[in-house]
Amino acid sequence: MPEVVQVESLRHAYGQRIALSGVSFSVRRGELFGLLGPNGGGKTTLFRILTTLLPPTAGEARICGCDVGTDRDNARRHLGVVFQSPSLDIYLTARENLRHAGHLYGQRGRELESRIEARLADVELMERADEPVKNLSGGMRRRAEIAKGMLHDPDILILDEPSAGLDPSARRDLWRRLQALRESTGVTILFTTHYLEEADRCDRVVILDRGHVVVHGSPADLKSRIGGECLTIASPNCEQLCAEIAAEMGCPARLVDGLIRIETADGPALVARLMASHADRIHSILLGKPTLDDVFVRETGHRLTYVTASPAKGGE
Amino acid sequence: MTPKSGPGALWLACWTLWRREMVRFLRQRSRVIGALGTPVIFWLLMGAGLQESLQVPGADARVNYLEFSFPGAIAAILLFTAIFSTISLIDDRREGFLQGVLVAPVPRSAIALGKILGATTLAVGQAVFFLFLAPAAGIRMGLSEAAASIGAMILLAFAVTSLGFWLAWRMDSTQGFHAVMNLFLLPMLVLSGAFFPPAGSAPWLRGVIAVNPMTYGVAMLRHALYFGRDASPVSVGAAPGVALAISSLFALLMFGFALRTVSRESARVLQ
Repeated sequence: MPEVVQVESLRHAYGQRIALSGVSFSVRRGELFGLLGPNGGGKTTLFRILTTLLPPTAGEARICGCDVGTDRDNARRHLGVVFQSPSLDIYLTARENLRHAGHLYGQRGRELESRIEARLADVELMERADEPVKNLSGGMRRRAEIAKGMLHDPDILILDEPSAGLDPSARRDLWRRLQALRESTGVTILFTTHYLEEADRCDRVVILDRGHVVVHGSPADLKSRIGGECLTIASPNCEQLCAEIAAEMGCPARLVDGLIRIETADGPALVARLMASHADRIHSILLGKPTLDDVFVRETGHRLTYVTASPAKGGE
Repeated sequence: MTPKSGPGALWLACWTLWRREMVRFLRQRSRVIGALGTPVIFWLLMGAGLQESLQVPGADARVNYLEFSFPGAIAAILLFTAIFSTISLIDDRREGFLQGVLVAPVPRSAIALGKILGATTLAVGQAVFFLFLAPAAGIRMGLSEAAASIGAMILLAFAVTSLGFWLAWRMDSTQGFHAVMNLFLLPMLVLSGAFFPPAGSAPWLRGVIAVNPMTYGVAMLRHALYFGRDASPVSVGAAPGVALAISSLFALLMFGFALRTVSRESARVLQ
């Protein structure tokens, strides 16, 4: 079966508040798949449903063909889960944590011990394996979490904001390891993130906003739909300037989160024209290839990063 | 590799969760000291303070307060250990070890049983230590008394740990649990005949004491401490058979509630 995750018209409501409405997508075996979206977009709810912690209000989600609502234990066997908050007992050693995890998946004895050994070696934690987890650094703990998630050879590794709280070098290290893991085991990796650069690494992404799938596809495809370049202009009087540009230049200029944004086939030419006529009113111009943020803006009218930074949109 | 399932998986999961409780407890030295030291100090100070000012009505004049409140101190150890062990569930399943347990293919009943048996073991272990002080309270401890007492402690510990589990699993915050502890669990202990005999109190209070399951747990402990002898000079609760029957019923009921909650409410765990 090429599709290891199938999500069909998934809906979830916490009382009156709708967290997911009609979400559908699928993940193929071996893919690196990202769920990108602002906080409050529905990622966490989706993560909880896919990891069998929350039954969906309506719709279906299947892990390797097993329904997460009705066939939980079988779905669970196919899943390795890495939570955003630590799920290691800090008073136990990494090895002990893995041993407990193994027991929960019905493994024991010598087979389990050699498996633990192998997983700890995969993440290069052998030397620190017998120290209490509380003595390990954040990056090492995350590596131990991954070893734990992979202990029972799951088909799918699901990670919730895997790089949250890690410094840049630990973050790079994490991604290098996840890539290596994927190449050596062929495991499908599904993760949530609100970092654009992480979503850019994926084979395919689903971008979620306010419980809806905004777009679904490979980052390159999504970006190529915009074509050309994106201009972002900061000005003391954005609204007026935006209206003028739209009228004079005949191009679709939009006001997004206090900045003027223009998608254009020929960015350098447009910059030259703008600077010729409006240089005195422009603080800065940013010209760049389309990013996933531009994709998000195009579909939702606001920026992903802006929403993420806004505390008012939190609450999930 | 095909993970096993069936009863073997249940007991393996249960055992591993039990073991985690033990190891975790022993590695937190402050918890060991706090758990053992607090009740002993509490009992000694209260006993010493109240010794002179309180006369246990209906009791033999020779019964001193340290002896009278000894079963109450055991009940306090069991209850507090149960509370501290189960309160950690609230955070543990949101942002701790239990998250990983909840996504594993283990029966929810194994999660409840492993945790409850773990906390019961810790509670009884500490109470056994305390039992060594019985002679200091003037209670003669032979082998049969000790065996009966440990049996009674296991039953009562299982009951209050199940109660703690049931309450904690329904809670969204540790603050909520603290409120329940102050409004419900502590009065349960105080109004159990453990620290003052019900005979002298107001009728409504006597009514509360009579319907409080803890009353029968404490009575059961009293009878066990004086196993085979007449505990009447200090026993103010219920007859041995009644105390045992009601305590067993209490334990079964609480464990049933815990099981029902863990299977039903795991869905809303992370909301």
